[in-house]
Amino acid sequence: MPDPKLKGGLPPIAAWLRRLGLIAVESLWPPLLALALSFAVGSVIVLAIGESPLRVLSLIFLPGLRSVDGFAHVLFSATPLIFTGLSVAYAFRAGLFNIGGEGQLYMGAFLAAVVALSLPEAPRPVAMILGIAAAAAGGAIWGFIPGWLRARFGVHEVINTIMMNFIAVGLTGYCVEYYLQESGMIPHTAVIPEAFQLIPFARGPVGAWLGLNRANPLGFSIILALLAAIAVAFLFKRGVEGYRLRSVGLNPQAARYAGIAVGRVQMRAMAVAGALAGLVGVHEVLLYRHRYLDNFSTGLGFLGIAVALMGKNHPLGIVLAALLFGFLNTGALEIDLFTEVPRELVVVLQAMIILFVVAIGEMATRRRRRRRGRQ
Amino acid sequence: MKIALEHLTRSFPGIRAVDDVSLEFTSGRIHALVGENGAGKTTLMRLIYGMLRPDSGKIIVEDRERSFAGSQEAIACRIGMVHQHFMLVDTLSVAENVVLGAEPIKRGGIDREAAREAVRGDSGRIGLEVDPDALVGDLSVGQAQWVEILKVLYRGADFLIFDEPTGVLSPQEARFLFEILRRLRDEGKTIVLITHKLDEVLALADEVHVMRRGGFVGSIGGREADAPTLARMMVGRDVLFRVERPVETLGAPALEVRNLCLPRRRDQHPLSGISFTIRQGEIFGIAGVEGNGQRELAEVITGLRHHTDGEMLLEGEALPPLHPRRARELGVRHVPADRQRTGLVLQMDLKDNLILGEEDSAAVSRWGLFRPAALTSLANERIRSFDVRVSDLEQAVDELSGGNQQKLILARELAHELKVLVAAHPTRGVDVGAIEFVHRELIALRSRGLAQLLFSSELSELLALSDRIGVLYKGRLVTVLNAGETDEEELGLWITGARGEVESA
Repeated sequence: MPDPKLKGGLPPIAAWLRRLGLIAVESLWPPLLALALSFAVGSVIVLAIGESPLRVLSLIFLPGLRSVDGFAHVLFSATPLIFTGLSVAYAFRAGLFNIGGEGQLYMGAFLAAVVALSLPEAPRPVAMILGIAAAAAGGAIWGFIPGWLRARFGVHEVINTIMMNFIAVGLTGYCVEYYLQESGMIPHTAVIPEAFQLIPFARGPVGAWLGLNRANPLGFSIILALLAAIAVAFLFKRGVEGYRLRSVGLNPQAARYAGIAVGRVQMRAMAVAGALAGLVGVHEVLLYRHRYLDNFSTGLGFLGIAVALMGKNHPLGIVLAALLFGFLNTGALEIDLFTEVPRELVVVLQAMIILFVVAIGEMATRRRRRRRGRQ
Repeated sequence: MKIALEHLTRSFPGIRAVDDVSLEFTSGRIHALVGENGAGKTTLMRLIYGMLRPDSGKIIVEDRERSFAGSQEAIACRIGMVHQHFMLVDTLSVAENVVLGAEPIKRGGIDREAAREAVRGDSGRIGLEVDPDALVGDLSVGQAQWVEILKVLYRGADFLIFDEPTGVLSPQEARFLFEILRRLRDEGKTIVLITHKLDEVLALADEVHVMRRGGFVGSIGGREADAPTLARMMVGRDVLFRVERPVETLGAPALEVRNLCLPRRRDQHPLSGISFTIRQGEIFGIAGVEGNGQRELAEVITGLRHHTDGEMLLEGEALPPLHPRRARELGVRHVPADRQRTGLVLQMDLKDNLILGEEDSAAVSRWGLFRPAALTSLANERIRSFDVRVSDLEQAVDELSGGNQQKLILARELAHELKVLVAAHPTRGVDVGAIEFVHRELIALRSRGLAQLLFSSELSELLALSDRIGVLYKGRLVTVLNAGETDEEELGLWITGARGEVESA
């Protein structure tokens, strides 16, 4: 039951989203409160350094809000986090903790690059489909393996997804260095064939119309990410598979009793979660670099856990949380350039947001439980 | 010790769990607190025990008003509670468990001899035979309960609350417990027994207090009370205790089990050489103390476990090893023993629970997507036909009473063509009204020619419903009796192994 007190004070947009069944209002305030609290603590740090918190705050958020180009940068930075956040949420729906987003996105990106490099003659439409499919497949395989180990042998997925991360880093690094490295010092592959390359919006017909600078990297991957979020949301809400994920996640014993093949649902969940993380390869290889760069991810898979946590494992929440992290990431550059505050403040902020989200969520749960007399 | 309650009220969102209750637990008596599930008995006791705080009203202990911030403070006031689910550490000894949290200290360590002495003293006085050095994990359920009692006594309680203490005991163990309770009373302790079993109340209580829907209905002396009166006070209407069981002619064998075996494993009690046949229109009861293979037997028949030897025949045809889904498709349906952990997904709403296991049937979904309208009408239809009392389809099932949860499971499992129903403890923890409903439903299914395997820890229930009763003891079907030719006394001897030769495995 939503608290009536909260309902009255809601911004109309939230009420509207709620009517659409997209978010539960009671899950909206903890992330917002966490955000406010972490900015408050952040302000203390900024004051201690001798800068104005308001100035830092405006440096973080203004560039993204001032211009379409700035906002496009934020979206670009948010794109991989949407994928990895969705990946974590999808597995979590089945009660599984996918800590393997990092490995899965490496494998997705790597396989996309390998497929592209080995098919130089592929016609454009085929190349597009193959490129995206390869990224998804690479991640899916890397997700399926821990899913299978869990379902078949009961090996906990937290352990084996972490191990799979190490394997992926080592494997891709080795392959790039020994077989695929373009001459030179940088451990990256050659540029992928043109047919596989996604062109940023800025250099397409809509770029000028939108007011994007030529160098703006935003491209098709954001559309793919949003489509993925919509698809996952729809599956969670209306899909039979979504129902199975939920029942297995909430009560595997009851699911098994009812004839749901728990192991298979878990394996599928991990494979799809892997595929979602693998789609980072579309963003990274097909759109951004047009090649595979060894060790490119700056912890995107792990940030996905934070994004999913902040977004309450709901696709819309994840998009919003990824956007917030996008703002923070782009803002980091600004505060580094224009203030005495180090850019690491942003990392500290991100970490605090997560801590507060978890703490507040737990407090809310306890309060609810206490009020219902279940303590 | 005397405790009086004055206008005690405690609300949870949406309900008044305890509503203006005033009553007095006089000293040195056995008080029974009875009421249907959800009547507020447990909440009331939690208020006294300091686990919850009242919204208003007074708790007066020995003429002094008290307000407890937690159960520690209640314990300090010599109030003790023996919980329904034991709170013991299996790997510690009896003495260690008894003193846990209030250990006698000697030279910076636990004074084990004092602990043993305390156990010996208390147990000897009230007639319990326990070895203070035995590991709690090795004790039987009945003995584990003794340890709980000793724990409460060790902390000096004069006011002892027992929450559904006989739920897990055999009749003999229960009778022994009653003996202990009487002795404690004769020592001057005040006993409160929370229960919904009327026969216990009638056998034991000096005073009976009845609650209904959070309110206090009235008190009645133990001697003046009788079952119909109490039931009327609890439910608010007359209740049928024994459903009519018409004589039916049995049909062809529906389920045959031959020499079924299951090995012993860490999480599994063994079954050895189980054989029986259930005919159409027959209810075959299984009696036994929990942990003698009932759960395993139910799970093998419904495909949740796989037997290693022996065979099963459904309407004469041998069954291959079953998966739960296949068993359902073949018409073997299961009302599981653990309603909340196995039968339902508590965090999901009513509608979703009503289709658990048939989410991909054409009735509710197409091409992998649910059809909301079809789902709603199907759910409504099932709720109506089984009289599940709910506010709306999106209600969380953990807000439902035990009886309504059970009706929900029945509504789901019986909505199909079925040949065999495996009903495990179908009335455990449900209120008197719902028990009547479930019993009627099972008898109606019997009249429609369904074969049923009924597990129950209530011997009276088995006797009332079953045509024949098999006794499961240490994984063996030690005897099969005609329900009309046996009684609780005889069954009680069989299920505890006091009768019948059991070969050592």
